[in-house]
Amino acid sequence: MSKTPPTQEEVARHKQTNVMLSRVAGSLYWMSRYLERAENLARLVDVNLQILLDFGQVSDETMKEHWIPILRSTGDESTFFQLYEVADSESVMEFVTFRPENPNSLLSCISSARENARQVRDQISSEMWEVLNDAYHFIKNSNAETVWDGGSSTFYDQIKYYSHLFQGITVSTFSRNEGFEFIQFGKYLERADKTTRLMDMKYHILLPKVTDVGGAVDAAQWQAVLRSASAVEPYRRFYVADILFSKVIEFLIFEDTFPRSLMFCLEQMDDFAHLIADTPAGEYRSDGERRFGKFLNNLHFTNAKDIIQRGVHEFLTEVQIEISAFGEHLYTTFMYHPPVDMQAEILFHQQQEQQQQ
Amino acid sequence: MLFDNYQPENFFDEMFTADGTTRPHYRSVAAALKDVDATEFRNKQAAVEASFMRGGVTFTVYSDSQGTERIFPFDCVPRVIAAEEWEIVEKGLIQRITALNLFLHDIYHDQKIIKDRVIPPQYVLSAKHFRREFMHIEVPKDIYVHICGSDLIRDKDGRYLVLEDNLRCPSGASYMLENRAALKRTFPELFKASGVHSVSNYPAELLKVMQYCAPNNFKSNDAPNCVLLTPGVYNSAYFEHAFLARQMGIPIVEGRDLVVRDFKVYMRTTAGLVRVDVIYRRIDDDFLDPSVFRPDSLLGVPGLVNAYRAGNVSLANSIGTGVADDKVVYYFVPHMIKYYLGEDPILPNVDTYLASEPQDCAHILANLDKLVVKSANEAGGYGMLMGPWASKAEIEEFRKLIEENPRNFIAQNPISLSRHPTLAGEQFEGRHIDLRPYILYGEKIVVTPGGLTRVALKKGSLVVNSSQGGGSKDTWVLRNKIPE
Repeated sequence: MSKTPPTQEEVARHKQTNVMLSRVAGSLYWMSRYLERAENLARLVDVNLQILLDFGQVSDETMKEHWIPILRSTGDESTFFQLYEVADSESVMEFVTFRPENPNSLLSCISSARENARQVRDQISSEMWEVLNDAYHFIKNSNAETVWDGGSSTFYDQIKYYSHLFQGITVSTFSRNEGFEFIQFGKYLERADKTTRLMDMKYHILLPKVTDVGGAVDAAQWQAVLRSASAVEPYRRFYVADILFSKVIEFLIFEDTFPRSLMFCLEQMDDFAHLIADTPAGEYRSDGERRFGKFLNNLHFTNAKDIIQRGVHEFLTEVQIEISAFGEHLYTTFMYHPPVDMQAEILFHQQQEQQQQ
Repeated sequence: MLFDNYQPENFFDEMFTADGTTRPHYRSVAAALKDVDATEFRNKQAAVEASFMRGGVTFTVYSDSQGTERIFPFDCVPRVIAAEEWEIVEKGLIQRITALNLFLHDIYHDQKIIKDRVIPPQYVLSAKHFRREFMHIEVPKDIYVHICGSDLIRDKDGRYLVLEDNLRCPSGASYMLENRAALKRTFPELFKASGVHSVSNYPAELLKVMQYCAPNNFKSNDAPNCVLLTPGVYNSAYFEHAFLARQMGIPIVEGRDLVVRDFKVYMRTTAGLVRVDVIYRRIDDDFLDPSVFRPDSLLGVPGLVNAYRAGNVSLANSIGTGVADDKVVYYFVPHMIKYYLGEDPILPNVDTYLASEPQDCAHILANLDKLVVKSANEAGGYGMLMGPWASKAEIEEFRKLIEENPRNFIAQNPISLSRHPTLAGEQFEGRHIDLRPYILYGEKIVVTPGGLTRVALKKGSLVVNSSQGGGSKDTWVLRNKIPE
């Protein structure tokens, strides 16, 4: 296997359009992920604020029980309690939306999306950049009070709108080159992950009484989960039925015609990963590809009943691990170069120079 | 209306003669602005600013932890240059860059200009940006300065003078292009009937220069791989780097994206290492290669200078060009033009005194309250003493600095810069301006018609730098001569 390093002639002289810096691929990927993350957060907060309206007067305890699972589902519970004492609608909304200390707040996500876009300002279309820039200034110029007073739905709708606008503009202005594949891969990876977290959130919400399972509160909560994924209407069209726990699980995991379902997102990830790696469809060449392919294939031989029997939370946790491992695999293979050891490089080139003289 | 109380006062006004008559080349602009009132004009200005904000044509205020972004203030009244005036300016700039380039070649080879005693050796050899390491290195096509931005001002008689040359990494070309685009969008009626030269070719011309200056040993049917090397997104000029790279369609790279092997430069891509042939670098010499220059530079590429010396990669601009924009060396540019070209300078320098010449030094120290003193290597309006406006303490501080290190200082008589109508509140008022044209040196020398006009927005101020309250204007060069 020992081969001499490639000579100058062996290193391809690509036409410039075919060249994509690893760093650029990474920035496109993260830009896309952060924006998708922001959109999902906006959905989550909006829907939950609305559910509470249905409940009328709620005690502090209920309020806490309502919001803590949401903090848990985004993984930021401890950061929250460093900043606030009480988890109620206003504090959680502010934390999830505006706090720069929260790395997953809407503000942080949109800033990160924009910072990544700025890194690749030369690669993306001006229209893509302008939308991100607008979204950033929009959120920079808002604060918790104005959103609270001015109707929070309008605010979160606007964030969703920016994300949708960005996706539409990307599809209509971005060349179908490698960069597009990284953008799409990042988007579907983030969406798949967030869909699992949406479902998982319901797992964390405790129902007041055991007998409430299948009752009105339970149904309202499952409906909220569907609404967070823009899935209420597609669900109704598909089942023409009441909102049932097992059907919601089935729909959000397996319904591969619905673009926010887990299966749809995982399939898209698989497709775009094949394009990025230049692996023919149906083949799996690296360890990372094989692991994900196997996982996806197994999922095709599973149904909602199996998952419920095994435990939805356990299943979702496993999915999150697989998604994250596959993302990591692509990231280290294509987007990340370990930084050069500056001191070693400097020494190396100084010695080389001396040998020349 | 907006011009109702306008007074050229005792200055050279670009638009009006001393008796208040509109100069012929401003007639069409004056006509278009005749019926515009302050509200409408301000709305247009606000629309431009909003479009800059939206497009991210901004710089970050470093001192602000919120990362506040500001736009470079823009004034909608265009600065117009008559066709016949521009003819002279263009010729003068071409003459100047030709001489400067010959000077750089000479200084890094035989140093004839020193041997012939036109410039005293100590001035060149002591220049901060003189790179001894580059003696006798051949650069592709013998071009050292590919991109040059020389700052021009006009004195009280309207004469164009060269204030300084920027031969390292001159910036601002993106503002020239963005200003034009913005004014076209918001004030299309201004352009009608004026016949303005387009500036939009700049990126294409710049790319041509880079391709023309590919390494001598570059042999391929494909175009050479060109990249723009930036210090990164946190640099205040990053917007410009990204803008130009996008306009040229070349990758924008940071130091960490490049690696040098076998004296050749490669970029790290998703498809492995890809060879780089030409680098438009927006990083100063000092930070370019930590194995040769500053070892603490994290922005640079170790080995880049070796690759450059081996002739495997081209740099625009070349290394060591800063020796020619040292303000002491500036003093000698008219002599260079005479020495290398046998011509008289078309664009004169501002009268300059060298603190290192005993006679001049005595004059400077005796007249500190009347002169403008500048450090030899500072830019951006820093390291300067504006004698007539300075406090006693500031003057004494400079006296001490000059006595300690005379080589580092020059002095000039203050120039009463020309003024231009600019919106101030409800009216137009005269504000001082300068001009930075952009000169590209490739197969031929191309001066983009116009450039960046900077304007001191504060009443009476002579400092046009963006860091100190300056703004900018779109700059027009007319295609046709306008009869008197």
